[in-house]
Amino acid sequence: MRIGIDVGGTNTDAVLMDGTKVISSTKSPTTQNVSEGITKALKTIIEATQLDVSKLDGVMIGTTHFTNAVVERRRLTPTACIRLGLPATVCLPPMVDWPDDLAETIGRNYYLAHGGHEFDGREISAFDPDEIRGIAEQIKAKGLNAIAISSVFSPVNAVFEEKTAEIVKEVIPDANITLSSTIGRIGLLERENAAIMNACLRELAVKTVSGFKQALRDMNITAPFFISQNDGTLMNADFAADYPVLTFASGPTNSMRGAAFLSGLKDAIVVDVGGTTTDVGVLQQGFPRVAAMAVDIGGVRTNFRMPDTLSIGLGGGSLVEAEPLKVGPQSVGYELITKAKVFGGDTLTTTDIIVAAGHEDIGDKSKVSDVDAVFAKAVEDRIEEMVNVAVDRMKTSATAMPVIVVGGGSILIQRKVEGASEMIKPEHFAVANAIGAAIAQVGGETDRIFALAEMSREEALEQAKREATERAVSAGAKAETVEIVDVEEVPLAYLPGNATRIMVKAVGDLAGA
Amino acid sequence: MARSSLQEVTLADTHALAIGAGILGTGGGGNTYIGRVWLEHELKKRGGSIPVIQVDDVPDDALTVAIGGMGAPTVGIEKFPKGDEYQNAVRALESHAGQKMFALVIGEIGGSNALRPIICALQMGLPVVDGDGMGRAFPELQMDTFAIAGLSLTPMALSDVHGNVSILHQADSMYRVEAYARSLTIEMGGSASLAMPMLKGKELKETIIRDTLTLARDMGDAVLKARKRGLEPSDDIAALGHGRVLFRGKITDVERRTTQGFARGKLKLAAFGDPNDQMEIVFQNENLVAWHNGEVVCTVPDLICIVSLEDGEPIGTEMLRYGLRVAVLGMPAPRELKSVAALKVVGPEAFGYTEVTFAAMPGDLIG
Repeated sequence: MRIGIDVGGTNTDAVLMDGTKVISSTKSPTTQNVSEGITKALKTIIEATQLDVSKLDGVMIGTTHFTNAVVERRRLTPTACIRLGLPATVCLPPMVDWPDDLAETIGRNYYLAHGGHEFDGREISAFDPDEIRGIAEQIKAKGLNAIAISSVFSPVNAVFEEKTAEIVKEVIPDANITLSSTIGRIGLLERENAAIMNACLRELAVKTVSGFKQALRDMNITAPFFISQNDGTLMNADFAADYPVLTFASGPTNSMRGAAFLSGLKDAIVVDVGGTTTDVGVLQQGFPRVAAMAVDIGGVRTNFRMPDTLSIGLGGGSLVEAEPLKVGPQSVGYELITKAKVFGGDTLTTTDIIVAAGHEDIGDKSKVSDVDAVFAKAVEDRIEEMVNVAVDRMKTSATAMPVIVVGGGSILIQRKVEGASEMIKPEHFAVANAIGAAIAQVGGETDRIFALAEMSREEALEQAKREATERAVSAGAKAETVEIVDVEEVPLAYLPGNATRIMVKAVGDLAGA
Repeated sequence: MARSSLQEVTLADTHALAIGAGILGTGGGGNTYIGRVWLEHELKKRGGSIPVIQVDDVPDDALTVAIGGMGAPTVGIEKFPKGDEYQNAVRALESHAGQKMFALVIGEIGGSNALRPIICALQMGLPVVDGDGMGRAFPELQMDTFAIAGLSLTPMALSDVHGNVSILHQADSMYRVEAYARSLTIEMGGSASLAMPMLKGKELKETIIRDTLTLARDMGDAVLKARKRGLEPSDDIAALGHGRVLFRGKITDVERRTTQGFARGKLKLAAFGDPNDQMEIVFQNENLVAWHNGEVVCTVPDLICIVSLEDGEPIGTEMLRYGLRVAVLGMPAPRELKSVAALKVVGPEAFGYTEVTFAAMPGDLIG
């Protein structure tokens, strides 16, 4: 059995699953101290089901904790960055395009050194151990131990990043080092940005992960626990403490994966209605379609593969105004249970309209008996229009597709969405995100340039697939279950030898669960 | 449309310029993000601005040179320049010619090459000329108005991050210049900094496509203004280039292959709400020919620009993917690209589309 927990900005959801069956679920407000919220959710689930915790195979946690830390510029550790590539890359130093407040929070402590590779594996300049040692001494003198290391074309050859890490460790034994090659893809600034963000989150990650561990220990849970990544796969606790940056945007991914699981569909539109926003995304072969553009996190450009979702200001707590008719984007959010009319408050929300229209019986419906039926219908029309437009914008073709509706605010969707072949509101729709966490697999990715003059395309693909598979296994996947789920080849213009960039993603079932 | 010419480039212009140059890249020319951040970094570090002059302000016997980057966009997002490569190339040509440069020229307004001369001008304290040699982006050196007019591409200087500068003094054809420059670029790590052709003021006046730097700024401004007001900018962008929106829809298929070092491919789009209303576009780094329901509606050298429907962000051919919601803009080529001589070099036939004849969109990009 597994427990999946999703710690969102508003609610902490948890589910207990036995294989593919949902045994129990719970939803409670997220607490300031994330571990306390998790403990509370676990307690509720365990008490409700009289669960023998020794039967648990794993606990999967999805959290926005680290994204929020960057967005709020809090709990970040001052960090140094060493980039290898001199004499190249001087024109754009590390953190050059960061928002000033964030850059100042962690300091612009960057150092450029010789090294780096060309696209074809040649060295840009020789690696100089003494130069690195000198830089490490300077970093040590500043009292910094969070360090990001990047090197030009390290996705092609990471050896200089690794050598640098060794030397830094000699000088600063307790250094907390992040190598860009272990995190990102081609695109030096974006990969380096991710490495720096990861380095500045490591201290928080170690604390948070040990907080989670403590929360589990308090409940006598000895099963391993995992944290969700943005691509819908899991990492084990120790890996998560090392790579907190990989949790960014795991929330929308989890709810889409949960929707796929609950509906049994692999290709569909997912409409996730929360308290404040509705996120619309597209499932392709069971995974969220990823965004093509660079993604900003807290104002910093990254090249993570984020789910391509469209967020609109419509949720169960959205404010409804009469003249002129307005629905959202303002929302009472987590205060819905005190502020909405049906709950005895004085704010008219979308939830009140749905109750007034007689679709649902939530709270005290007599409190909305004064809502005019014509007005309620007009609001419903507006909600329908908002959802229709959002779904149409995300669709990949005019062909009708199934629409899966999930999330706590799903009651808003009472009508068939335009262009939907069918409407599915699966059981347990309100906790799809926690289910997505519970059922997640383990993945590995590779992104490299291959010279097809030196090997055949088949050999290159084979090698890329092998690397991705190895990464999946080292992240905790059962080797025999690993499948290649995504292969992308981009021929590189202007380069000789048929240079081709190959990106491969592999996923497999979690070992021991 | 009456527009006021750009007088100088300041920090306030960088964003608009990067977007406008991206749009004029017609799918190629490279991403302008790196160039924009580099330009902003230099402006913050040095202060000041870059004067923009009209080509008529360049004395007939004064010397100018066009500059730009050469190489693969993927290398460009990984191995950035040191910073002084362009200056090194320009200085080498100055000493070769025994004359100082009066101003720098943009070789290619479309894509990343639009910003390089501006950065170099700031570093060298020179003005940059409002105009360029393409009015868009093209994949090869000989596809600019300077080469089309028969002006010599040599002497040409190519430099790398290590301070190596190579001058090609003389070549028997412009194709040879392209071939040698490409070989050297590979040796230099897949990207290099290029200064060529060197032009006298008189030659520049006869060949340059005027006002394209201002056009790029104006297009970018239109996008930024529309974003602020939450409007779709496609019509405004197309109007600035005297063109129109050819299609609005979703990308339904992208097919790619690589031949002779070029990224070629075909793109299919379907209109919103009507899957039978379709557009097909072929590209070779840049978008080349667009068919609307089987009819040719726009061909190279006219501009086929794809922008993100919601926010007008230009979408390069490397970023095209299934499901993107886009507007396809068609704009007439500048008149300099439509002469018989020019069409031999930049018409559909030059890109291997022998079955397609160039049917010019009405009007000109500039004017």
